[in-house]
Amino acid sequence: MMDSIIKIENLIFEYRKEEEEQPVKAINNISLEVEKGSFTAILGKNGSGKSTLAKNLNGLLLPTGGTVYVNGYNTADEEHIWDVRQSAGMVFQNPDNQLVSAIVEDDVAFGPENLGIEPAEIRRRVDKALEDVNMGPFKGKSPHLLSGGQKQRIAIAGVVAMKPRCIIFDEPTAMLDPKGRKEIMSIIKELHEEGITVVLITHFMDEAVNADRVIIMHQGEIFMDGTPAEVFGQGEKVKSVNLDVPMAVELARALRQRGIEVPEKIIGTEEMVEYLCQYK
Amino acid sequence: MLRDITLGQYFPGSSPVHKLDPRLKIIATLLFIIELFIVDNFIGFLIAAIALGAVIALSKVPLSYILRGLKPILLILAFTFALNMFMVDGRILWQWKFLKITQEGLELAVFMAIRLILLIMGSSMLTLCTRPIALTDGIERLLSPFKRFGLPAHDIAMMMTIALRFIPTLLEEADKIMKAQQARGADFETGNLMQRAKSLIPILVPLFVSAFRIAQDLAMAMEARCYRGGENRTRMNEMKFKKSDYVAVTLLAVFGAVIIIQSKVF
Amino acid sequence: MSIQVKNLKHIYEKGMPTESVALEGVSFEVEDGELLGIIGHTGSGKSTLLQHLNGLLKPDEGTIVIGGVDITAPGVSMVEIRKRIGLVFQYPEYQLFEETVAKDVAFGPRNLGLADSEIEERVREALELVGLDYEDMKDRSPFELSGGQKRRVAIAGVIAMRPEVLILDEPTAGLDPKAHKDVLKMIEDVHGKTGNITVLVSHNMADIANLSDKVLVIDSGRVVTMGTPEEVFSKRDELSSVGLDLPPITCLTEALRERGFKIRETILSVEDAADEIAEYLKAGGKAEC
Repeated sequence: MMDSIIKIENLIFEYRKEEEEQPVKAINNISLEVEKGSFTAILGKNGSGKSTLAKNLNGLLLPTGGTVYVNGYNTADEEHIWDVRQSAGMVFQNPDNQLVSAIVEDDVAFGPENLGIEPAEIRRRVDKALEDVNMGPFKGKSPHLLSGGQKQRIAIAGVVAMKPRCIIFDEPTAMLDPKGRKEIMSIIKELHEEGITVVLITHFMDEAVNADRVIIMHQGEIFMDGTPAEVFGQGEKVKSVNLDVPMAVELARALRQRGIEVPEKIIGTEEMVEYLCQYK
Repeated sequence: MLRDITLGQYFPGSSPVHKLDPRLKIIATLLFIIELFIVDNFIGFLIAAIALGAVIALSKVPLSYILRGLKPILLILAFTFALNMFMVDGRILWQWKFLKITQEGLELAVFMAIRLILLIMGSSMLTLCTRPIALTDGIERLLSPFKRFGLPAHDIAMMMTIALRFIPTLLEEADKIMKAQQARGADFETGNLMQRAKSLIPILVPLFVSAFRIAQDLAMAMEARCYRGGENRTRMNEMKFKKSDYVAVTLLAVFGAVIIIQSKVF
Repeated sequence: MSIQVKNLKHIYEKGMPTESVALEGVSFEVEDGELLGIIGHTGSGKSTLLQHLNGLLKPDEGTIVIGGVDITAPGVSMVEIRKRIGLVFQYPEYQLFEETVAKDVAFGPRNLGLADSEIEERVREALELVGLDYEDMKDRSPFELSGGQKRRVAIAGVIAMRPEVLILDEPTAGLDPKAHKDVLKMIEDVHGKTGNITVLVSHNMADIANLSDKVLVIDSGRVVTMGTPEEVFSKRDELSSVGLDLPPITCLTEALRERGFKIRETILSVEDAADEIAEYLKAGGKAEC
């Protein structure tokens, strides 16, 4: 029996476009469990339903059909909606549009303040959270003077300060440069190592390689679900829904065409180098 | 050009002025503004200027930074100056056709200009030396007695916080859009008033679209961080009157007394 | 048509205590029909440079000669510069504002003062060049399109001005893998069909390596190096000292070389890498691991 933090049962989410009679099914009957302390990457092209799924995970959107449980709370239960949102924090794509305050530390304090936590405890949490994302020295600065990567780190600190069990990252690196992307990915990995459950929605396959589990969404349904090796091992299937595969998988395919055998479980650059060095 | 606007911006620092209780600073600023409007002679302005100068020196905000904030209002300043200078009757100093400058007009023009400059500098000191959150907290507290009459004190304060946070973001956005449209050959500098107003559409439409997008994103982010209005909300920095605040209250009282006395004497 | 940039210098907030040098001694040349890739991390001066090429910013020193005309000379009309050089900003879809796609794409040509018939013809041509169907798209609102489509419309808005040089600042930023590929393909197509100079700024080293004829590396407002992708990406240490990576495939082949693989230096495509590795392994090459 899996010890799960998120449990989705037959989730359906529909929305109605203006003028159109028929509602659109953004999510079509998904059932899914996310294990405590795990790192799950969700991939899919735009419109595949992955962002809608993310917003269903902390009650920002409520199911049209089926149920979502977070940390044991039903997201549709109004009495526990704040418990749901406190348990499952969320970091969004645009680093600019999610910071509330014009001062870094005040922004990080925003969440804990909403939870009604004691001032001295908020202070401790804010300082700790800023340390966790290596932004301690910037606590008195104004966010608009920071780089995209730095702003996104502040946004993460703001969620961490609420002490969530799980953090959902909705394309956190899409608008960042390579340096910013690296910073954010290393912080996500650290948070995961500290025991926080991570759900990462991304377009970048090399980020998904770090996860324990990869889920590919297509047309509102789960198209593939498995370890990164299991999923990316089936390169052609991944590509059939217009996604990329990590470079090593692409190279493996090209090598196989040339008669070099490469096992499907090889999906990372380092593994590939090791494997080729052992190749006889 | 858009970068010059310092009104409403915070200048980070840890001076005694920065550390004062925001409620006190708001009241002091209001008193300062009232003072500017009841003063009817230059000595009153001198006292106000000295007081303001002392506050600026204490705050360690560079004077050049504050003066830069005056740039956007230069036009208004010049306009009121000219209006007063030419429109007031009195002893004629200089005349050309229908234009004349009178001594009274000149005095009034200088008088009004000083008032306007002190007004802008004084009120920008409030925002420069007060963290936006503290400022809005202060406003919320000061307004809270009116809550029982249905005034949404918390919501007003939160709106102000957000406005202050997003002023620079929207200015940057406007700058970007303007450049992008210029690259498509848009011309904002020539043409008559009508043409110029029309040439703003390619900037204003995308800017509104951006503003709505930001509002939508922000609302979602705030909800995700458990925002549910002012109820049960705590603050990281609680407002407490400290020793330095009592000193400031005393100084403020002295300043008020001096103003009243001088208006009686001169 | 060629571009000669000589000794360009630009200072922001000159004379203020906050003044900063954004560009210094930047010189390079682009020849007719070339696709120039520009790399450098955020804040390196790339954007400042692009805005100079389009006349949005004036240099404090130096000259930019495009097709024999010095666009930094006093008295050169902006319209003249913008007819020659089209600049597509980052996230260009945020500048869409008209009610219909056709009207939005027509904004640039209209500013050039062209006749209506000419404008319509150019709008049609530009939309088809970016891979959109004119009849299908022209009356739709740009705000109801998908992210990738919006971006194409925005790019068409610049192409419709028929610039002799097309500059694109991170044209694939924030797109999903499919849209990313489509936009890159479109840039290749447009470049191929017009034969004009194209300047592409990107953080994606693989894209730069695959598309560019020449690569310009910028850091702290100075030119670090310039050359063919092979030349530039063979300077791994120099690149890493300015915070830039090699394309992922090159990282892998260089790692193999370090482990004793006798394969060619600076391999920039997966297919080439597979050829080299397969050949080496089949020849019985053993790595000294």
